[in-house]
Amino acid sequence: MSQQSVFSSPGFDFSNSVRNNFLQEKGLPLPKATSTGTTIVGCLFKDGIILGADTRATEGEIIADKNCEKIHYITESIRCCGAGTAADTEFTTASISSNMELHALSTGRKPRVVTVMTMLKQYLFQYQGHVGAALVLGGVDSTGPHLFTIHPHGSTDKLPYVTMGSGSLAAMAVFESSWKPNMERNDALALVSAAVSAGIFNDLGSGSNVDACIITATQTEMLRNFVKPNERVEKERHYTFRRGTTAWKSENIRDLIINEDITLVGATGDAMDTS
Amino acid sequence: MNRLKSGEVNLGTSIMAVQFDKGVVIGADSRTTTGSYIANRVTDKLTHVHDRIYCCRSGSAADTQAVADIVHNYLQLYTQIHGAHPPVSSAAGMFQDICYDNKDALSAGIIVAGWDKEVGPSVYNIPLGGGLFRQPWAIGGSGSTYVYGYCDATYQDGWGRDETVEFVKNTLALAMARDGSSGGVIRMCVITEDGVERLFVPGDKLPKFWEGREVLSGPVKKSVEQTAMAIE
Repeated sequence: MSQQSVFSSPGFDFSNSVRNNFLQEKGLPLPKATSTGTTIVGCLFKDGIILGADTRATEGEIIADKNCEKIHYITESIRCCGAGTAADTEFTTASISSNMELHALSTGRKPRVVTVMTMLKQYLFQYQGHVGAALVLGGVDSTGPHLFTIHPHGSTDKLPYVTMGSGSLAAMAVFESSWKPNMERNDALALVSAAVSAGIFNDLGSGSNVDACIITATQTEMLRNFVKPNERVEKERHYTFRRGTTAWKSENIRDLIINEDITLVGATGDAMDTS
Repeated sequence: MNRLKSGEVNLGTSIMAVQFDKGVVIGADSRTTTGSYIANRVTDKLTHVHDRIYCCRSGSAADTQAVADIVHNYLQLYTQIHGAHPPVSSAAGMFQDICYDNKDALSAGIIVAGWDKEVGPSVYNIPLGGGLFRQPWAIGGSGSTYVYGYCDATYQDGWGRDETVEFVKNTLALAMARDGSSGGVIRMCVITEDGVERLFVPGDKLPKFWEGREVLSGPVKKSVEQTAMAIE
């Protein structure tokens, strides 16, 4: 990759990345992509899978969106939480979701989580980590419930409980202390909530509310803003200005359309030519 | 030389494969790291590529998973086209082609091992550059450097299944004790003509060696049995 060559090797050309790195070293600031910072988690329980996520999207140090949705739809019984670059997670999951619908129609079978996982990992591996999407994929299909993590470089792990994102260490601490196999729905939901909350309160990249999604063989339940531990307190005064605070001295109204001439195009007018 | 890109998941690893009269025993630790965080502490690094052919993966998790998936696909095609099970040497050759041709972009150290009808058991080591080396026993991964001496001193030809399993278990336990990038549990597979048997050694049941107890407390005293005092 460091040598210049007349012959281009097969596969993608990442020379723009080399250029970007060079410019960055010279001092040119890279434009800040919106990152989802994030705490995303997934947990296997008795009846299926519960996915959880916080709702903060950051652009450098600023919060770009205080209540974004990080649990993306793949199919009816399969959802995917996304951490990393927001655009990458959004478009990657949407693209695979679209392909899965076509795949299901083509095979005539209900979609499987391993199929989604394979599509995602092969796509991300092809882009050698430049698509910054770290995903927690979970769902229930004809073979049972499955939970996967997918890293930006394309490696996957299959586990009963997973966390990703900047808040993953805080959330994993909660899981490691309390997860047990075959938990009841309410216990599992409380655990997921606690894990995401650990990320919200201990990680600067995560915050706002907890989203959860419970997927079982029979139904998928999306709990948007399941817990809202960061509601803004009511302001103590009204800070709006009374009408008439600013004096109104003169008025001038101009029409946007200055001159309009209508010319009909085509001798026969708008009727379709049939000969 | 650390060829992993930043943020890439690393199979730090201790892996090995040993041939014995009726088959092969392969083994690996279970740790996957991203920097200093353990992303998966119960990884399965022994990957099925065919009924009687497995590979042990070390290096970049993404690279080795992708390569193993491709070879798995090729071997399924081979079986359909030839109507026979592929020899281990063919599988190893497929791994080598991919690893050598893409040596610039890949960070993958793979050990291929299995059983076939023509040759019997065999072990092939494919380190970073993409060379192919058939050996009676092979070790790989970052933890292997600590156990070359132990393996050279201990390995003997003509072992049966149980002795080979003990050898693999002890070697991996020693590697995991010294290498920070290896740890967790020991997973092993015994591949013979009759099938594949999976073995599991949990982290608290690993074989113990010198633990340095004398450094902290005195030498371990044998407790003297007190016989009960006779009272009339």
